[in-house]
Amino acid sequence: MTNETVISAKSLDLTFQTNDGPVHALKDVNLNVTKGDFVSFIGPSGCGKTTFLRVMADLDQPTDGTITINGVSPKAARESRAYGYVFQSAGLYPWRTIGKNIRLPLEIMGISKSEQKERVEKVLKLVELEDFEKKFPWQLSGGMQQRVSIARALAFDADILLMDEPFGALDEIVRDYLNEQLLKLWHSTKKTICFVTHSIPEAVYLSTKIVVMSPRPGRIIDIIESDLPDKRPLEIRDTKEFIDIAQRVREGLRAGHSYE
Amino acid sequence: MNKSLIPIVTISMFIVLIWYAFSIVLNSSWALDKAERNNQKLSFSELVHDTWSQKKPKLPTPHQVGYEMWKTTFDKKITSKRSLVYHGWITLSATLAGFMLGTLLGVLLALAIVHDKATDLSVMPWIITSQTIPILALAPMIIVVSSSIGFTGLMPKAIISMYLSFFPIVVGMVKGLRSPDLLEIDQMKTWSASQFQILIKLRLPKSIPFLFTSLKLGMAASLVGAIVGELPSGAIAGLGARMLSGSYYGQTIQIWSALFAAAILAASLVGLISLIQAFVFKRMMIAQ
Ligand SMILES: Nc1ncnc2c1ncn2[C@@H]1O[C@H](COP(=O)(O)OP(=O)(O)OP(=O)(O)O)[C@@H](O)[C@H]1O
Ligand SMILES: [Mg+2]
Repeated sequence: MTNETVISAKSLDLTFQTNDGPVHALKDVNLNVTKGDFVSFIGPSGCGKTTFLRVMADLDQPTDGTITINGVSPKAARESRAYGYVFQSAGLYPWRTIGKNIRLPLEIMGISKSEQKERVEKVLKLVELEDFEKKFPWQLSGGMQQRVSIARALAFDADILLMDEPFGALDEIVRDYLNEQLLKLWHSTKKTICFVTHSIPEAVYLSTKIVVMSPRPGRIIDIIESDLPDKRPLEIRDTKEFIDIAQRVREGLRAGHSYE
Repeated sequence: MNKSLIPIVTISMFIVLIWYAFSIVLNSSWALDKAERNNQKLSFSELVHDTWSQKKPKLPTPHQVGYEMWKTTFDKKITSKRSLVYHGWITLSATLAGFMLGTLLGVLLALAIVHDKATDLSVMPWIITSQTIPILALAPMIIVVSSSIGFTGLMPKAIISMYLSFFPIVVGMVKGLRSPDLLEIDQMKTWSASQFQILIKLRLPKSIPFLFTSLKLGMAASLVGAIVGELPSGAIAGLGARMLSGSYYGQTIQIWSALFAAAILAASLVGLISLIQAFVFKRMMIAQ
């Protein structure tokens, strides 16, 4: 793994002006993500996880500080299709088949028909849904739909994957399975992943780096580099190393809450 | 299926019964006057028979209207001035022309309103104002103005139809084109989609259900517009003209049959749109 910096945020600030006064969503946020990292963002509701991801994606603008993606501004990165974004809801179009849903960004990007076909097949294989290309979204379970939405984000082969609680609405058994699948996918594609979650085990299981955040104002409390091995069977969650890291995350979360 | 048929049939029969009853009530004074002039006394059954078979009743009975419609539909050549099909076609062609113009105008306006803030702010109030002017006051002016610049026949009526039908289309399509939520628009943004791509791939498909609702309203409004356009003097053909000439000569049966022809026309046109809608929804996997 090289040490190339992919995402770099320096004293990032973001204040939303609302009718109830300003909301300080991000305060003095500093973070470096290197190529191939799997970074999890964890913290209580309202601590700015989504906002941070949206700033990376050029969907929200910071009010202060600098951020670069692949060395350029988020806007330039978005326009060069540097990242795929997976929202909490799958956001599939009911009038398009699974295959056509995955083609949607490819059509927008003007990729040739034959290449579209190739890529759809490739990413459907990655998320193990080869047989569902001709099905419609309503014929799939919630977990399958979320896998399709990941496949769609992978289809145009961006190096960065931004995922905002992609498994938040799923039950734990499906979640375990998708976590395993996501790790495999990360290994095979060598992508840089930023992943928002509310679950401590999920964050520890998946990540090379865990960013613990705290609300009002939204800020980073702790950044934990995980030394867990790259190969992670689900049983790793019972090892001492795993439990130690989970403990440190929990302490960070508690520290952020100490005023309550 | 059968369950829903029973109440429909019951209600229809009830309406027909009331209708016959009112025919007796409303037409009886004329029957009684006539009897008095001839120094006759009418029994109840004679009275009923008379009120149900007058030539110019105040309220014709369903069977009189039905017979008149049958006669003027099937027993007359469709090129005859007395054929209901002939008059129906005149009105239908103006309705369809106005409907198409109105749909085109409505969709174009909606596209402009959704994509341009200035258009939204400047044009929308005028669109709403346009519908507050009573069409009955406006129709004669449209006819006069367009005939003075050489438009007669179908065109002025189609313009009135358009004037009435573009409104539901604009309102529905603006709502439909704006129906994608913020998340869907953000998702498009992450792919750096252009406004045009967002329109084609997201806004238009999402506006289809709104479009069909608007089309049905627009079609009904178009028909009203075409008929209103036939009412000012000058028009000699069309269902509206039939109603008008019927009222000049006290031909109530003719008025009612033109009225029913218009209702049947409206129901068929809206029904046709519903059929197309069902087909499109099925293909697009939209629940009805
Ligand atoms: N567009 C906006 N306008 C105004 N305030 C906003 C906006 N987006 C987010 N906020 C506020 O910014 C703060 C951070 O929100 P954000 O959605 O980033 O939190 P989060 O960590 O993702 O929370 P959750 O875990 O519930 O998803 C919250 O107080 C929220 O109300
Ligand atoms: Mg969030």
